[in-house]
Amino acid sequence: MGAEGENVQQLLPEFERRHPDIRVRLQIIPWTAAHEKLLTAYAGNATPDVCQLGNTWIPEFIILNALEPLDQRLRSSAGIHDSSYFPGIRETNMVDGILYGIPWYVDTRVLFYRKDILARVGYSQPPRTWEEWHDVCQRIVDTGPETEHYAMLLPTTEWPPPVILGMQTGSRFLRDRDTYGDFSGPEFSRAFTFYIDFFNRRYAPVGLMSVTNIYQSFAEGYFAMYITGPWNIGEFRRRLPPALQDAWMTAPLPGPDINTPGMSLAGGSSLVMFSASSKKDEVWKLIEFLSEPEQQVRFYRITGDLPARTEAWQDTSLTENPYVRAFLAQLKHVGSTPKIPQWEQIAMKVQDYAEIAARKTKTVQQSLEALDREVDLILEKRRWMVNAR
Amino acid sequence: MRRLQQSGLMLVVLMLACATFAPLVWMVSASFMPSGQAATFPPPFFPRQVTLDQYVSLFTRLHLGRSLFNSIVLSVAVTIVSLLVNSMAGYAFAKYRFRGRAPLFKLLIASMIIPAQVTMLPLFLLLNKMGLINTYFGVIIPGMASIFGIFLIRQFALSIPDSLLEAARMDGAGDFRIYWSLILPLCKPILITLAIFTFMGTWNDFLWPLIVMTDESMYTLPVALANLSGEHVQDTELMMAGSVMTILPVLLVFAAVQKYYIAGIMAGSVKE
Amino acid sequence: MRVKPSRAALVVFLGPALAAIGVFFFLPVLAAFVMSFTDFDVYSLGNLQFVRFVGFRNYLQLFQDPLFWKALKNTLYFLLVGGPLSIGVSLGAAVLLQSRLVRFQSFFRFAYFAPVVTTLVAVAVVWRYIYHPRFGVLNFLLGLVGINPIDWLGDPAWAMPAIMLMAVWKNFGYNMIIFIAGLQNIPQSLYEAASIDGAGAIQRFATITLPLLAPTTLFISIITMIGYFQLFAEPYVMTQGGPLNSTLSLVLLMYQQGFRWWNMGYSAALAFVLFAFILAASVIQTRLQRKGGE
Repeated sequence: MGAEGENVQQLLPEFERRHPDIRVRLQIIPWTAAHEKLLTAYAGNATPDVCQLGNTWIPEFIILNALEPLDQRLRSSAGIHDSSYFPGIRETNMVDGILYGIPWYVDTRVLFYRKDILARVGYSQPPRTWEEWHDVCQRIVDTGPETEHYAMLLPTTEWPPPVILGMQTGSRFLRDRDTYGDFSGPEFSRAFTFYIDFFNRRYAPVGLMSVTNIYQSFAEGYFAMYITGPWNIGEFRRRLPPALQDAWMTAPLPGPDINTPGMSLAGGSSLVMFSASSKKDEVWKLIEFLSEPEQQVRFYRITGDLPARTEAWQDTSLTENPYVRAFLAQLKHVGSTPKIPQWEQIAMKVQDYAEIAARKTKTVQQSLEALDREVDLILEKRRWMVNAR
Repeated sequence: MRRLQQSGLMLVVLMLACATFAPLVWMVSASFMPSGQAATFPPPFFPRQVTLDQYVSLFTRLHLGRSLFNSIVLSVAVTIVSLLVNSMAGYAFAKYRFRGRAPLFKLLIASMIIPAQVTMLPLFLLLNKMGLINTYFGVIIPGMASIFGIFLIRQFALSIPDSLLEAARMDGAGDFRIYWSLILPLCKPILITLAIFTFMGTWNDFLWPLIVMTDESMYTLPVALANLSGEHVQDTELMMAGSVMTILPVLLVFAAVQKYYIAGIMAGSVKE
Repeated sequence: MRVKPSRAALVVFLGPALAAIGVFFFLPVLAAFVMSFTDFDVYSLGNLQFVRFVGFRNYLQLFQDPLFWKALKNTLYFLLVGGPLSIGVSLGAAVLLQSRLVRFQSFFRFAYFAPVVTTLVAVAVVWRYIYHPRFGVLNFLLGLVGINPIDWLGDPAWAMPAIMLMAVWKNFGYNMIIFIAGLQNIPQSLYEAASIDGAGAIQRFATITLPLLAPTTLFISIITMIGYFQLFAEPYVMTQGGPLNSTLSLVLLMYQQGFRWWNMGYSAALAFVLFAFILAASVIQTRLQRKGGE
């Protein structure tokens, strides 16, 4: 999908050279349409042999019995081993102890920040705890009239930030074998209150109107911090003016307190094999190929997507990139979201209610209770199925 | 005084025409710009250098030629098949007497109010069972008959004098011969109109081909374009070239047969 | 005299059309109706066992879904503001073109009608760039008269108006043609008589044109309304329903529920509610305008 789809084309000729009897036919779909296209393909018995799948989508396709388990192949593989992957990432590919995907590239969210602005308010190091986080925001906002700038960008069109904060407080988001929403539970309430406080205290702007171009606004100092992923390393380098290239940096996320490292989302995409495929052995060869450290590094150099194989991280292009260090540190503390097909839909609802609470249309308590009600509705079918077994 | 009025009116008419054409002109103009030029400030209305790069990209890198081919095949096929099917039914409703004719026709007309989207999901599942997903037939077969088409043809056929048919029957002509050699030629104007409607409607159809065609080698132009625009949001000039390629054929067809198309709309609107 | 045809003739002539319509239209409609009373979803896709008959629950859930009300509000907004705007522009254009003072009529008719035949997806793509906050021609032109740049497609308050503007541009030619047909049916003599009686252009318009156009206007209102209720492609291509669900239309919601989340029972229920709205609106509109005419 997306940029990966366009760029993987560069790796394929090498694969086909080594395996002259295998031809790879590539189809690229935009991310916005990928979810429905894949499900439609499944319904039409027209799934591809192998596919890049965002790891939050894997549970859905497992429920449909669309994916082939890969434990056996992994065990007997010469090139790839269990230990080649970050535990938190590998875990997202497993359901009920069975492995369904081989991580291809990884993704997590860290803090991107303006070193100079933070230094100006007395923070030569980025915030490491929630307390420091709110403190640095307060200081930044205090340096001038409110309407001019903010400390943090938290678009309510992105569900990762509130979800990540929930992870940090230990919320599991759902309860009772993932059949009911637990968003109004104590852990998530605490995280969500912390999140909404960014808006209440005017550390972060509400609504999109103000920020049409993130890069421009960051350069102008409209906000000083942003939680985002590795693709923005390249984008920031490309789009920020040369004068500011030295003024920003990445850092692992702050945690609730000094003893708890800040967790983040275990994201990324995996390579999966569809059980309807008639060419499973060939598919496995392709997966092994794309998982070779050399190919992983090559892919990183082209796309900026972080390699899933830990061995690949030894490469100089990664070790010498200062911005990447934060990601390496963060990847040691990542967690997954509930592995159920409905997660995508639930995540969208979290966004909706983040918006509602940020705009004070409802209080935090009311928003979370309403969110739980809607989530319970979404999960109704799952409840029936789980209880029927 | 009259002169002034006339100039005033002409000015308004001209301005409206400019406003209507402007986006299309800009679209063509931007499609000939080199990459990146359209996204500058102030936005250029005309290319500083004219280049065919975008069109070349479309055909080589992005295989839009295949989608063009698909669009042509489908539009032509659906037009021909549906002309045949609809004209036969329209003729039957106009000139044949059979039990239940009036209520059946009323039912068909009434059902035109049901939005097509209601049917799409089950239709998808049905075609799936029949193995027609991702095939040309997946578009052709559901598009085979159109109630609006039957209606138009029936209206027209009603005006054909019965005496003509009687005479032909006396001469020993069979049902099909009457239809083929007598009715069809007489219906030429409405057939042309319907053909244009169907061709352009099929060419421009978006939602159904989006659902039915799962493989990009089967996409029609509108679907391919939507796909591209999801990916290449930054490539303004490329997208404009894609749009030109999608719109140009229909616009040319329309320019050629304006008269018939507009007559058809008027005919369809002057109802009972 | 109409002929009574042989069995064979009926089958050959009516068969294909009725079979196609029956199987590929009526059957799916019926199926959708039945599906709307079940909870057919992605689980059911994998295994038909996982389908339950749930009665009216989908419908009830629909009415409790804030997204449904948002989509309804957006669609009605589009309808009630964009509709009259579009019809007004069409009428204006028709009157302009019918004036004896205007020359090159058929060229202008072509110009006004051209957007109608263009592919919606293609023009949506073009307009997306026209609406670009920094590099779009629209903001540039507005800037020339001193208006600050508006983030047309990114600002929840402006996104729907942006889509309305585009929809008016695209469709006004179609209704214009029908209005022209209606205008041509008004005898010139009526206007001449009114002129002689001293009526000005506006008075002539109000007392002759408008009333005599009433049936045409009714027809146009209904087909425009039916079309606008089905708003889908523009938000799909330009905004994906955003920003903040401000351009989420009923059909877009139906598509998302049905094809993105595979809540097919729910989606089918939404389709029928939409159908009910259209039906109700057509009936109401017809009654209202008939009453107004008397």
